[in-house]
Amino acid sequence: MNARSAAATHSNTPVVSMRHVGKVFPGVIANDDITLDIRPGRVHCLLGENGAGKSTLISILAGMQQPDTGWIEIDGQKVNISSPRSAMDYGIGVVYQHSTLISTMTVLENLMLGVTGGAFLNRESARSRLTEISAMLGVEIDPDAEAADLALGQQQQVEIAKAMWKGSRVLILDEPTSMLAPQAIADLDASVERLTKDGIAVIFITHKLREAYSMGDEVSVLRRGRLIASIDAETLEGLSEEKFTNAVLAAMFGDDISAIGDRNDVELLSGAKVATKVRTKSSRSDEKLVLHLADVTTPSTPTEFGVSNVSLKLRAGEVIGVAGIDGHGQSALAEVVAGQVRATSGSVFLDGDDVTKLGVRARQELGLRYVTDDRLHEGIVTDLSVALNLLLKQIGKLPYWKRGQISKPDVDAEATRLVEAFEIRTPSIHARAGALSGGNIQKLLLARELSHQPTVVVFNKPTYGLDLKTVNRVRKIVKDFAEQGGAVLLISTDLDELVELSDRVAIISRGRLVGEVENNSPDTARQVGEFMVGSAHSEGNHV
Amino acid sequence: MIDIFTTTFIATFIAGVIASAIPLVLGSLGETLGEQSGVLNLGIEGMMLFGAYFGFVTTLETNSYFLGLLAGIAAGFVMSILMVMLNIWLGLNQIVIGLALTMIGGGITSVLYFSTYGQTTPRLGQPDVFPIPVLSDLPVVGSSIFQQPLAFWIALVLAFVVSVVLRNTNFGLRVRAAGQNPNSLDAAGGNVVRTRTFVALLGGAFAGFGGAYLALMSAGTFTPFMTSGIGYIAIVVTMLSRGRILWVIASSFVYGISVSVGTVLQLTSFDLPTDVIKMLPFVAVMITLIVFARSSYVPPALGVPYTRGAR
Amino acid sequence: MSNPISDATGMIPLPSDGQSKLSKVMETLVRTILPVVLALLTSVVVLIVIGKDPWFFYSEVFRYGVMGNGWQQTIRLMAPLLLYSAGLIVVFRGKLWNLGYDAQYLLGSVVVAGFSPMLIEVMPLWAAFTVSLIMGTAAGAAWTLLPAALKARYGTNEIITTLMMSFIGIGISNMLVRGPFQNPDIHVPQTRVLPVADMFPQIPGTRIHIGIIISVVVVLIIHLLLTRTSFGLRLDVFGSSPKTALHVGINSPQMILILFILSGALIGLAASVDMLGYQGNLRANINPGYGAAVLPFVFLGRLNILTTIPFVAFYCILDTGGRLASLDSGLDTHFLMIVIALILVFMSVIEYFGVKKDLGQSYLPPGLRRAVTGLFDRGARA
Repeated sequence: MNARSAAATHSNTPVVSMRHVGKVFPGVIANDDITLDIRPGRVHCLLGENGAGKSTLISILAGMQQPDTGWIEIDGQKVNISSPRSAMDYGIGVVYQHSTLISTMTVLENLMLGVTGGAFLNRESARSRLTEISAMLGVEIDPDAEAADLALGQQQQVEIAKAMWKGSRVLILDEPTSMLAPQAIADLDASVERLTKDGIAVIFITHKLREAYSMGDEVSVLRRGRLIASIDAETLEGLSEEKFTNAVLAAMFGDDISAIGDRNDVELLSGAKVATKVRTKSSRSDEKLVLHLADVTTPSTPTEFGVSNVSLKLRAGEVIGVAGIDGHGQSALAEVVAGQVRATSGSVFLDGDDVTKLGVRARQELGLRYVTDDRLHEGIVTDLSVALNLLLKQIGKLPYWKRGQISKPDVDAEATRLVEAFEIRTPSIHARAGALSGGNIQKLLLARELSHQPTVVVFNKPTYGLDLKTVNRVRKIVKDFAEQGGAVLLISTDLDELVELSDRVAIISRGRLVGEVENNSPDTARQVGEFMVGSAHSEGNHV
Repeated sequence: MIDIFTTTFIATFIAGVIASAIPLVLGSLGETLGEQSGVLNLGIEGMMLFGAYFGFVTTLETNSYFLGLLAGIAAGFVMSILMVMLNIWLGLNQIVIGLALTMIGGGITSVLYFSTYGQTTPRLGQPDVFPIPVLSDLPVVGSSIFQQPLAFWIALVLAFVVSVVLRNTNFGLRVRAAGQNPNSLDAAGGNVVRTRTFVALLGGAFAGFGGAYLALMSAGTFTPFMTSGIGYIAIVVTMLSRGRILWVIASSFVYGISVSVGTVLQLTSFDLPTDVIKMLPFVAVMITLIVFARSSYVPPALGVPYTRGAR
Repeated sequence: MSNPISDATGMIPLPSDGQSKLSKVMETLVRTILPVVLALLTSVVVLIVIGKDPWFFYSEVFRYGVMGNGWQQTIRLMAPLLLYSAGLIVVFRGKLWNLGYDAQYLLGSVVVAGFSPMLIEVMPLWAAFTVSLIMGTAAGAAWTLLPAALKARYGTNEIITTLMMSFIGIGISNMLVRGPFQNPDIHVPQTRVLPVADMFPQIPGTRIHIGIIISVVVVLIIHLLLTRTSFGLRLDVFGSSPKTALHVGINSPQMILILFILSGALIGLAASVDMLGYQGNLRANINPGYGAAVLPFVFLGRLNILTTIPFVAFYCILDTGGRLASLDSGLDTHFLMIVIALILVFMSVIEYFGVKKDLGQSYLPPGLRRAVTGLFDRGARA
C-alpha cells in the first residue's frame, strides 16, 4: 500500500507552508490565494485538471517563478526562493513532468550538473553518492549509461536521484505516472514509501483519482487556480474510495461536471476507474486492408529514434494503438506514414498501392491524414487566420484558389462550416489562430484533417495537455471515425486512452515494434507494461 | 624556378603554415566555447579585426609585443561585452547582431586606420622568438617550429586548457549543458545566462588574441579587413569539430597548408593569379562542407536565446 | 537536420489588436524611424570622437545627395538597390539567409561588363540589352545553386555556405576582370568601357536612366507574387515554420531552391541594370557592398517591398552624399558601414522593447533581472 502507516511516526509540523500564494500571467490567474501545508513523512497529492494551476504552484516552490502575492515558509521561517539553486539549498528537489535529463550525456554527467563545489569533475564522489541514493530508493542505476538509452522508469529514477542529490527534505513529483507501465508505477510507489519512512515529504501531482487515493496521505484539489478542497490524513483514512471519488470529482469540476460527459465518462477521464475498452463495434479481420507498412526503416536523429524494420497492417474500421516512451520512434512512425519522412528501406502501401515514393500532398489526396502532436509549431501557422489554417492543406487548390488567387467567399464559407461543425471557439474566422486555446487549436486540426474524405488517420497524442471536456470530445471523434469505417493509427503515451480506444496495442521501443497485445481482456495494460519493461535496454536493470 | 625541396624552403613553408593556422586556432577556440554553450558568435570577424587593430597600434606605439597582444585580447573582450548584452541578456537575434558587430569591427578599424596611418602605412619589426633548447637546433623543424614567438606556445597551451575545461570541469559540464538543453541546466540550479555570458566573454578575448596574433606575428602590420574571412572559417572549423579541440587544431592546420600551398605554387613554375590563391582556402572549406554535409552538427540550443519557462 | 539558426530569426509582426489606429501608426513610426535617428545621433558622437565635424559631414551628405543634381544620382542608385532589396526580402521571408550577395552582385556585374561590349557589336542594341540582362541575372542566380542544393538536400547551414561562396565568387569576378575581360588597351585591371551611346537611354530631361523603370516594374511584380498569390502564402507558411510546411505538404527542398534562385537572380539583375545604365565598366577589387547596406532597411520595412522603398531612398541619399562627404571630410568611406551597423543594433533593441510591451512583460530582460535580483539575493544571505 502506501506510506500512511509511516506518517504517524514523524512530527506533524509542516516543513513547507505556502501562505496566500498568488500568481498572475497575462490573461490568466494561475494561482489565487493558495495556502497549503506539507508535512514530513507524508505523501501530499495535488489533484486538478490541466490548467488548474498545479504546474505554476510547483514552479514557485522550485524557484522557477516568484509569487506575485503571498509567501512561503520553511520550518516556520518566511523564505524567498529566488532560483532553482536556492530551492535546492532549502532542500526542495523537483522531478519535472518532462525529462530534464540531457540525452547525449551519461547518467553520471547529468547528476553532476547540480554539483557546485570544486573546479574539476569529481566522478568518484559522484559515484558513491549515487550508490547511497540508489540504496535509499531501492533501485539500481547504471552511472555510465547514456540518458537516451534508459527506459522511462529508469530515467525517472535518475531524475529522483538528481532531485535528492543534495539531501532534499521535500521531493516534488510532477505527474510522474503519466506514461509508466503499471509495474513501473509499483516500483515508484515502493521508492516513495522508502523515502517517506526516512521522513521526507513528498508532493505528488497527478490528475488520476485512483492514484491519489492509493498513494496519498493527504489530498488537495485545485481548480482554476484556486485550492478548492483539502483532505487531511485522518479524514482520508476514513473515506471509502467511492466517497473519496464523489468528493474529489465535485471539487475538481463543480457544476461543469455535466458538460464534460456522463458519469461513466467522467470517472474514466479522471482516472477514478481503471480504463476498459469503450468501443463496442470492432473491425473484423476480413475488412479491407487500408494501410500496410512492410519492413520500413527511417533514419534516426541525434535526439530521436527513427523506426527500424517496422511492419504493420491496419484494416478499415480498426484502431491500432501505439504505446511507448516519448521519442522512441513514434514521430518517425507517424511521419513515414504521412509522407513527411522518406523510408530508407521498406514500403508503405495505401489501399494496396505502393505510396512509398509519394509526397505528403499526394498521400493526402488519397485520404491519408496526420493529426500532429506538435500542434503549435507544426500543426498551425500562429500568425495566419483561423480560416487560412483550416484550409492550409488546400492552398492553390480549387475551389478555394482560382488561378493562383485566393477565392475569399469559398474559403470563408468552408471555414465557417468547419468552425460550427467542430465547435471551435474563436472570436471570428479571421482571428489569429495562435490566439486560440490549446483545446480549440486541437479542434481546428481535427476539423482540417477529418474533412475532405479521409480514410486513414494517424493521431499523435491527440488529447495530450487538454482539458477533460475536450479530451472526451476528441476521443469520441476518434471512436466515431473508426465506427464509420475509418482506419486509425493512435499514438499515445496515455495507457488508459489506448486501452479505451484500441483494438490492438503495439509497443514501440527504440524504433522497433517489440510486441502487440490484443485488447480483449482487462489485462491489456499489464501486458503492454510487460513489453515496455522487457524492452528496456539491458537485462538486470529492473524498472 | 625555385627548388621546393631545399631545407630552407620547407622550413619557410612550415613557418607559413603556422602563421596562418594560429589565428584560426585561437578564433576557433573562442567560437567553440561559445557554440558549446549555445551562443553563435557571427561577429567574430569584427572582434578579430578589433584585436588586430588595437594590438597593432599598441605594439607600434610601445614597441612591446606583449602589450600589443594584451591590447588585442582586451579589444576583443570589450566587443564581446556588447555581444553579451545584446544577444545573451536581451536575447536579440544572434545573426543580425553578428552581422552588425562584423560591420562595426570592420568599419571602425578601417576608419581609424585611414585617418591615423592611411598615409604612412607603418610596419612592425620581427617579434622575438622563444627558441626551445636543443629542439631549435634540429634541421628544418628547428628553425620553423621550435623558433616561434612565445605567443605560439601560449596559443597551444590555451588549446589544451580549453579542452580540459570542456571535458573535465564542472564549469565545462555546465557549458555543454547550456548548449544541449538550457532548461536542464536551469532546473539543476545552474545559471544559463551567467554560464553563457562567461564563455562569450572568453570567446571575445580569444578572437581578439587571434586577431592580434595575425597582425603582430603573422603579418607584421595591419591592413583594413585583413582577416578576410578567417572569422567565418573559424565558424566552419567549430561546426565540424563539434567541441573536439584536436580537430580544431588539425583543421586549422589544414587551412594553414591550403594558404601556404598557394604561395608555394606561385613561387614555382605554376603562375597562379593571386585571386586564385586567395580563393583556395574557401574552396577547400566548401569541398569539406560538401563532403561532410551530412555530419555537420550544432548543439540543439545554438542561436536560441534562453527564457525560463519558454518551450 | 533542422536548422536552429534560421528558426530563431526575430521577425515578429507588429501588434494587431487592442489599440487605436492612431497609436498604432505612431508606434510603427517610432519603431521604424527611431533606430535610424538613434544611429545617426550615435554616428555624430563617433565623428566627434575621431575629430571630424559632424555638422560639416552631414550637410555635405545633404548637399551631394539631394541638392542640385544629387537627387537624380540618388534615384539612379535606387534602381539597383530596389531590386537588391527585393532579392533579400524573398529569401528572408522564407527565413533563409542568403549572405552571398556580394559575389552574386559582382558576378552579375562582371558578366555584363565583359560580354555586353561584344554583344553590342553583333546584334541590335535592344537585343544586346536583353541578352546582357538575362546573362547577369543568370550569373547571380547560378551562384546560389550550390548553397541552395546543400541546404535543400542535407540542411547544411546556408549562412556558412553562402559566405564561403561569396569569397570564392568575389575571387572569380576579380580573376575575370584581370583575365579574359581585361581591357587590352590599358594596364589598370578593368573591363572595356561601354560607350554612353550603347548604354540605357535616359529619361528625357533627366540624367536618370530607364533602369529605374525596369526596377520598379520588376519589384512590383515580385511584391504581387509575394502578397497576392498562393505561392506567396506557401512561402509565408514555409517561413513561419519549415516543420509546418513539411506537414502541410509544401515541397521544402523545391521552395528553398526557388527562393535562393529568385534571390540571386534579382541581385544579379540589380547588378546588370546598374552596369548597363550607369557604371559601364568594372574594375578589379571593387565591391560596392550594397548587400550589407540595404540589410537593415529590408528589416525596418518588415520584409515588405513597398514599405522598404522609402528606406531605400533614404539609404541612397546617405550613400550618394556620404561617399563624397567622406572624401571632403578626409574620412574612410567605410564610415557608412558603422552607421548601417548601428541601425541594425538599434533596430533590434527597439524591436525587443516593443515586443516586451506588446506582451505586457517587464522591460528588464530576464538576464539583467536575474543579475540584479541575484545581487540582492546574495546580499541578503551574506
